[in-house]
Amino acid sequence: MGDITAPDLSLAALAPLLFVFGAACVGVLVEAFGPRGNRQPVQLAVALVGTLGGLVSVLLLAGRGEVTAGGALAVDGAALFLQAVIAGLGALSILLFAERALDPARSAFVTSAAVPVGSPRDREQAMSPRVQTEVYPLATFAIGGMMLFAASNDLLIMFVALEVLSLPLYLISGMARRRRLLSQEAAVKYFLLGAFASGFFLYGLALVYGATGSIRLSDVRAYAAVGGADVLLVLGLALLVVGLMFKASVAPFHTWTPDVYQGAPTPVTAFMAACTKVAAFAAVLRLLYVAFGTSEWTWRPLVYGIAIVSMVVGAVLGLTQTDLKRMLAYSSIAHAGFLLVGVIALGAGSDGGGSGLSSTMFYLLAYGLTTLGAFAVLTLVRDGDGEATHLSQWAGLAQRSPLTAAIMGIFLLALAGIPLTSGFTGKFAVFRAAIEDGAWPLVLVAVLASAVAAFFYVRVIVLMYFSAPAEEGPTVGVPGLPTTIALAVTVTATLVLGVAPGPVLDLAQRAAIFVG
Amino acid sequence: MTLTWYLVLAAILFTIGAAGVLVRRNAIVVFMCVELMLNSVNLTLVTFARATGTLDGQVMAFFVMVVAAAEVVVGLAIIMSIYRTRRSASVDDANLLKY
Repeated sequence: MGDITAPDLSLAALAPLLFVFGAACVGVLVEAFGPRGNRQPVQLAVALVGTLGGLVSVLLLAGRGEVTAGGALAVDGAALFLQAVIAGLGALSILLFAERALDPARSAFVTSAAVPVGSPRDREQAMSPRVQTEVYPLATFAIGGMMLFAASNDLLIMFVALEVLSLPLYLISGMARRRRLLSQEAAVKYFLLGAFASGFFLYGLALVYGATGSIRLSDVRAYAAVGGADVLLVLGLALLVVGLMFKASVAPFHTWTPDVYQGAPTPVTAFMAACTKVAAFAAVLRLLYVAFGTSEWTWRPLVYGIAIVSMVVGAVLGLTQTDLKRMLAYSSIAHAGFLLVGVIALGAGSDGGGSGLSSTMFYLLAYGLTTLGAFAVLTLVRDGDGEATHLSQWAGLAQRSPLTAAIMGIFLLALAGIPLTSGFTGKFAVFRAAIEDGAWPLVLVAVLASAVAAFFYVRVIVLMYFSAPAEEGPTVGVPGLPTTIALAVTVTATLVLGVAPGPVLDLAQRAAIFVG
Repeated sequence: MTLTWYLVLAAILFTIGAAGVLVRRNAIVVFMCVELMLNSVNLTLVTFARATGTLDGQVMAFFVMVVAAAEVVVGLAIIMSIYRTRRSASVDDANLLKY
């Protein structure tokens, strides 16, 4: 029996993760022992310190490329770039969670999620000014899981990170203060389908382990390079991809997306749409590039097919929606398809990270900021029953609040991919990478899908500017400081990344390195 | 006795679980089917650990058990909260969100 050697552990490289998970643990302690009166500001401060501290420590690590924790984590350019994106978007989402000025009940979250809907206690708590603060540590845990997901160099760590990010999300999507039945239903659907998908991921893990005798991505790569067509390995890869595509809400694994995006509290929807998408694609990129980069023929046809399905489903079903949250959910499915166009181009630049990787990373940053901003605008437009998300209620919004309509207009144009917004830069970069890789039929479908999708974004703009406002229309709330900051950051980023994307594109180009 | 039979058994269990998730109506039963899928994965992992002569697979099975336990906590909490409201755990009754 040999001696047990301790795995190498570079604490510096783990600092971002330690920061975020540490803040989440402190948040749990505050929840248990802190006085109820000032929990909200304390929890907000802890969560922001954690995520922003994570962001700063990622930036300090820039340029590093190492494998640590006994080979389980890869801290490389791509991981650090995407971790920074997740931490930044996470901090912005936490600001949205903390908004107290918009809802008369001072929070988007129910005081006690365990109280049955419609009971006398529920009516009592609906009007009570107490705010619930459990969402902050839960969201911080989810952010930590997403950052771990982006850096995992080992299928088991990937699975654990997947669950660490998913379990808090299941809970917080069921915690809306208003329309609680919808929110609970969203949580049940998300949970059951999410657990189903992680079962597939896990079975894929087991098959890859059986085929290669290892779950380290680099070992899988080495095996795949010489092993050739191994049924177990290819089957395992397919199951892993199914599990990840579910999280990334790619059609045909998207069925949960519209329901959950609609039912969850809007700040949580913003969080899921932005951060979960980035984390899921971070894992997809790492799995396909590091583990299966040498056996591209196994996954290219699969990804090619689901990219097309996702773009078409997102664009076409988005046309038929009458609820803005659902419409943005289908938009998120279409964007997942566009991101897969970049994933297809992964192999374009042979070694050293093709332009597919860097353009996908840029697209994730641009899309995350824009979609977060768009959902933040949705929290502003309200009627007596909470947020007014039906399309007809947005008629003539520009006359009620020109500023809100203008901001929403910018986000919608960016989602449609109109020049001078970040959406255009991202789409252009991704499509160019795919054409360089010879995938022009896919780009053709993507451009057509963009054109179809542009119709439903522009329809909202036309409705806001050129329709008469309804008599009993919604009011536009005046946001407090947190939402104002989040909106200012996202609008600025959407415009800056559209007008002068050069520095960030360069940064993504330089960061597009995988070790492992 | 070859190890193949264990793998076949695990695959059958996984298929039963996956089919159960798709056809059963009660949220608790659906959830039990998910657990069946996870446990069939455990069987696969342990079998492969034996086949490859490494301990990794057995350790992974422990990870899966821990994660499954965490999932039970969260899942049952969510299912309980919706049951207390609707007096039903049927996934067909949860039909407010559509189209």
